[in-house]
Amino acid sequence: MTTSELGLDYADLPRLLTMMTGDEKHDASATSTLDVLWVLYDRVLRVSPATIDDPTRDRFLLSKGHGPMAYYAVLAAKGFFPTEWLPRFGALDSALGYHPDRVLIPGVEISSGSLGHGLPLGVGMALGLRAQGLTSPRVVVLVGDAELDEGTNHEAIAYAGAVGLGNLTTVVVDNQSATHGWPGGIASRFSVNGWTTATVDGRDHDALEDALLAPVTSADRRQPHVVVAVVEPKFG
Amino acid sequence: MTTPDMRTTFAAVASELLDADRRVAVVLADISTDRFEDAARRHPDRVINVGIREPLMVSVAGGLALTGMRPIAHSYAPFLIERSFEQIKLDLSHQDASAVLVSVGASYDWTEGGRTHQAPGDVALIDTLPGWAIHVPGHADEVAELLRSAVRDSRSAYIRLSTRSNAEARPAATSGALDVVRRGERAVVVAVGPMLDPVLRATADLDVSVAYAATVRPFDLAGLRQLAEVTARGVVDVVLVEPYLAGTSSRLVAEALVDRPHRLLPLGVGRIELRRYGTPEDHDALYGLDPAGLRRSIVDFLDGSSVQVA
Repeated sequence: MTTSELGLDYADLPRLLTMMTGDEKHDASATSTLDVLWVLYDRVLRVSPATIDDPTRDRFLLSKGHGPMAYYAVLAAKGFFPTEWLPRFGALDSALGYHPDRVLIPGVEISSGSLGHGLPLGVGMALGLRAQGLTSPRVVVLVGDAELDEGTNHEAIAYAGAVGLGNLTTVVVDNQSATHGWPGGIASRFSVNGWTTATVDGRDHDALEDALLAPVTSADRRQPHVVVAVVEPKFG
Repeated sequence: MTTPDMRTTFAAVASELLDADRRVAVVLADISTDRFEDAARRHPDRVINVGIREPLMVSVAGGLALTGMRPIAHSYAPFLIERSFEQIKLDLSHQDASAVLVSVGASYDWTEGGRTHQAPGDVALIDTLPGWAIHVPGHADEVAELLRSAVRDSRSAYIRLSTRSNAEARPAATSGALDVVRRGERAVVVAVGPMLDPVLRATADLDVSVAYAATVRPFDLAGLRQLAEVTARGVVDVVLVEPYLAGTSSRLVAEALVDRPHRLLPLGVGRIELRRYGTPEDHDALYGLDPAGLRRSIVDFLDGSSVQVA
């Protein structure tokens, strides 16, 4: 279950990260998302290198785009592209930039880097799947807690809740880096708009899996779902 | 029988496209929703009103396109293009996704409404992005074909509707080619969209060619070269009259005539914010875009003594 076709596992991720950074110690922006991304691709998302163009695949959108090394490491471990690509991170002829480009990287659903685009795009994808009668695929968008500052997220949160986009899940990786914080908790911003919520330890794989799969196991999918994955503070 | 205006024609044709093609979706932000009520009843999943959230509207169009749909997003020009510009740049162009954006309001259709509802810079903004088609119909009867072909096409398009109109439609122009209205020797005058009638009045007794464009991107470079050939007497004089920011298409005239000695007079909406109300016709006069103002500029440019007056 936890082993990819290439035989790479969670334990291989630090080595893959080092292939990009050349550094044994990885900064917080690179690793805050690592466990969430691993659980998503290992246990949750119904997508594989063989199904990247399948209309019924699950869509994962890395909205924040910054520190994409963890994303690249997980995609490489799962065989979406060769691990040999990793050392060329950021080079002129590399597919792997400091922000991901969907046109260049197999399996990457959106190009990101500018904050506040992934969730609104995800709303459009969720609507597009629904309009085409594709009821099984989910759209999962990963944002950062500081990224929530961007107003476009709040347009998306309010609208998705109002129209009951049950095929949309947001994962907020919360390393408490928002300049003005979110008094009352991040989940409250979503629940007031009609989302179901779960707040879990962003390093606990089983808890993440349960929270991320909750909308799939629920018979009632008329509400969008948010998982707040709390990790160690960026400046803690 | 009066011809319906451009916006009414747009809503009717977009509704037909929703009926005919399951890939088509219309995304709105509370503006024009009354015109899509029937279509929304027939296609509740494909007529999408996100409320007063224009950036979300554009991003939703991008997301729809990424699932294989053909979205049409529509609002007032400043909100559709200017407020949402990074969404257009990233959530459509950068994603390699495409949509058809249809605006109303143009440069100053609602002069009484003031600056907030005016967008003379919209075409120039879209022109910073690669590969977009830009259509500026001059009559409601040109809208249907421009919209149908834009939706049929796979690339992104911007269709700029206006309450300003020429008296007659010129269906030939919906092919994208420059449509030669009159031929003359002294200069080539290119009139874009609703500027055709004022240009024809301004140049009625001048020995100039007048060509009409309802599509400005891609610009008909070959057509312009051909016209310049006919009228060439040493230096080619070109007058470009656009109903949005003056000079928006100057670079393309320069490109078309790169190997030909030429002079160019670019006319259009000025960069001054007038802070005046009144009527669109008042603003035409203030910007020199009424027939009298156009004539003054063109005659000055051509150097009065050399212009043949019939």
